[in-house]
Amino acid sequence: MSTLTPGFADPVLDAQATFRAVLEAMSRPGRIQRAGTGLRPPAPMMPAAAAVLLALADSGTTLWQDAGTDAEAWLRFHCGAPFAAMPAEAAFVLATGAPPVIADLNAGSEEEPERGATLIVQVAALEEGAGWRLSGPGIEREHRLAVTGLPSDFVAAWARNRGRFPRGVDVILCAGERIAALPRTVAIAEG
Amino acid sequence: MSPPDDRSAEGGGDLNRPGQTKGPVMEGYNFAYLDEATKRMLRRTILKAVAIPGHQIPFGAREMPLPYGWGTGGIQVTAAILGPSDTLKVIDQGADDTTNAVSIRRFFTRVAGVATTERTAEATIIQTRHRIPEQALREDQVIVYQVPQPEPLSRLEPRRAETKRLHSLADYGLMHVRLYEDIARYGHIAKAYDYPVMVNGRYLMAPSPIPAFDNPKMDRMPALQLFGAGREKRIYAVPPYTEVRSLDFEDHPFRPIRAPHACALCGSRESYLDEVITDDRGGRLFVCSDTDYCSGRVALREAAE
Amino acid sequence: MYVAVKGGERAISAAHAWLDETRRGDPALPELTVAQIEQQMPLAVDRVMAEGSCHDRFLAALAIKQAKGDLIEAAFLLRAYRTTLPRFGVSEPLETNAMRIRRRISATYKDLPGGQVLGPTYDYTHRLLDFALAAEGSDRAEAPQAEVPAGAVPRVTELLAREGLMQREEATDAEPGDLTREPLAFPAARPVRLQNLARGDEGFLLALGYSTQRGYGGNHPFVGEIRVGHVTVEFTPPELGFPIELGEIGITECQMVNQFKGSRTEPPQFTRGYGLTFGHGERRAMSMALVDRALRATELGEDVTAPAQDHEFVLYHSDNIEATGFVEHLKLPHYVDFQSELENLRTIRAALAREAMQEAAE
Repeated sequence: MSTLTPGFADPVLDAQATFRAVLEAMSRPGRIQRAGTGLRPPAPMMPAAAAVLLALADSGTTLWQDAGTDAEAWLRFHCGAPFAAMPAEAAFVLATGAPPVIADLNAGSEEEPERGATLIVQVAALEEGAGWRLSGPGIEREHRLAVTGLPSDFVAAWARNRGRFPRGVDVILCAGERIAALPRTVAIAEG
Repeated sequence: MSPPDDRSAEGGGDLNRPGQTKGPVMEGYNFAYLDEATKRMLRRTILKAVAIPGHQIPFGAREMPLPYGWGTGGIQVTAAILGPSDTLKVIDQGADDTTNAVSIRRFFTRVAGVATTERTAEATIIQTRHRIPEQALREDQVIVYQVPQPEPLSRLEPRRAETKRLHSLADYGLMHVRLYEDIARYGHIAKAYDYPVMVNGRYLMAPSPIPAFDNPKMDRMPALQLFGAGREKRIYAVPPYTEVRSLDFEDHPFRPIRAPHACALCGSRESYLDEVITDDRGGRLFVCSDTDYCSGRVALREAAE
Repeated sequence: MYVAVKGGERAISAAHAWLDETRRGDPALPELTVAQIEQQMPLAVDRVMAEGSCHDRFLAALAIKQAKGDLIEAAFLLRAYRTTLPRFGVSEPLETNAMRIRRRISATYKDLPGGQVLGPTYDYTHRLLDFALAAEGSDRAEAPQAEVPAGAVPRVTELLAREGLMQREEATDAEPGDLTREPLAFPAARPVRLQNLARGDEGFLLALGYSTQRGYGGNHPFVGEIRVGHVTVEFTPPELGFPIELGEIGITECQMVNQFKGSRTEPPQFTRGYGLTFGHGERRAMSMALVDRALRATELGEDVTAPAQDHEFVLYHSDNIEATGFVEHLKLPHYVDFQSELENLRTIRAALAREAMQEAAE
């Protein structure tokens, strides 16, 4: 195993800044935030996805990831989160390749929808101002978000995810050091 | 055996970082008092609260060095989101200089060294008890409410197991009956504060004991609204621009009331007023409950003179 | 012209200074030391450790001093400190069978292995104020010491269980829930209930336990056994894989024996109510055992009719730190909500007055 690259340079303040970026992203779906500047996680993990997990995952959360053994070692060391055997069992799911089927992930229960998983998906690019038309809580009228690198059936799967509210999965999209979030409330219309 | 909170101490001793020069930070405690594992737990809870607007999420509330019922929920939420570049405003009853607001502000100055302000416009985080500032909040602000009782149905059904079930079914008949009984008895809904709201058309939510006068400010507010109940150990949220509707009936629309007077200091006829008794012969006057709003108006008037 | 009240910050500082002054009392008298409190008010220290949920005699004594003897305030100080401590893991279960016993009594058997050991108890004192204690410098009386009885001191409930008369508690390796990390959820498992009761307010537990004796959810309890003494705390570090001794703590354990009518699947037998507390706290351990048994009503197929059997009622109201905070928060300003109620009442009364005028005019 190669030497591990470091985690946050300042574990307290970097975690806070990353969390605020995720909070802002989750509160205003489709708006792009920055996270993970300066992080060099093992490939194929991107800095933004690594930062989100460093800020939120720990021994109290289960994690599933498809980024390979180097990433697993890095996350095990820096987050200490127990790994789940199946995506359905995880609180955080990191997809660097084709994301698992949303309907297969934990969506919580009607009484405890907060147990629904957070799916972190790495994509090729995120751009504001074009692409999807997003509406819902957090959006004054409409936000536009162009996402490159998601499977073609994602929007249909998302509509089904949104249809079972309050149960559901929340998604954090990461591209390099950019993040945008899709809370389960957001409606996506293809541009 | 659960693994230790191995990361909880990280950075704990390293409090004199650049960018934290706004106040001397108390030694021996982590930035913003809470350990990092607790902050992560709070942060995960807050994110899910934002994703499910109006839904109360239980969390492992910690004992804080201030008593339960005095804002420990709000304090934990603020501690979880606060960073060194934030400017914090704390109000109680709309005022920055009420004793509990002073105490909470002093707490964050001691444990986080953040800048504080009494000006609504300058704050990035506003922790509040019982009021929403008169000045409209912006997108770059977060308002954190201290919540004594997060369950809007608690007076109708004290059992948490049962209210949880009612929320899952969106069965709010109990509340409608309660409000309708008011109408039958008084001719209008007699709930004057902590007036229940529907969030995004799905969850019935307690807005905390703000006067019903403040309820309309919650609707489609540009700022993120977070709610923390420490003793009851629940967090909930209203994302920006989210519909918050005060419960009412078609023939009895929601009608917030304020004292029909002008502020004795700034003359405002729009703001929410506190009543002040001036003698024992029935003398009274009314002043703005929002002290920043009031002093801003007084300053403007003085500048104009 | 009206000038708004200001100066909250200065008032708070002055109030704190005054508080310090009243804590010290008459400066002509010597100041209490923490060691004196720890040694001479041990039962207060024990209660603060139990309700403060932290076994540390020195810190509990310090908290009592700081709180001017207000034990709930002291427990709060200890809790608020405790919550900042790093957690290294969970100890092995305490082995109370191996307790170094100071006191051990059973109300169910006249004599039994290990014997009845009265220990340092107020039980048979006559409650007459002892004016000799008011005199300073009185010498400490040496208590006579008997031989420590050799051999094991088995628990009474074990003896009954061997005969099949006492319901067995299932041993489990599952990690118990942790109230200090996870909020209460219902139905609450027994380990979580016991954690809640172990740090619950003594007065609340006492009153609830008493209510079960008076017929509110009662079943007749016997004190199978109360034992007070010291037990070893062991911890297994994951890297070692075997337990090491961390030290000793003083505890009180009470096992109440209660009747159980039996069910379709189980013959009639005794069931137990369990109480355990830091330090010497018999009233607390006994009350806890009564309430624990009452809370088992549902799982034992008994009707839930009384407050002490009601999980949400008991577990949500037992914590005196939460309770005192919320009761006392009523002293905080409520001008705003009160004002809204005032205006509301005025509106209602004005409408009623208008109606009455109209009716009179008609």
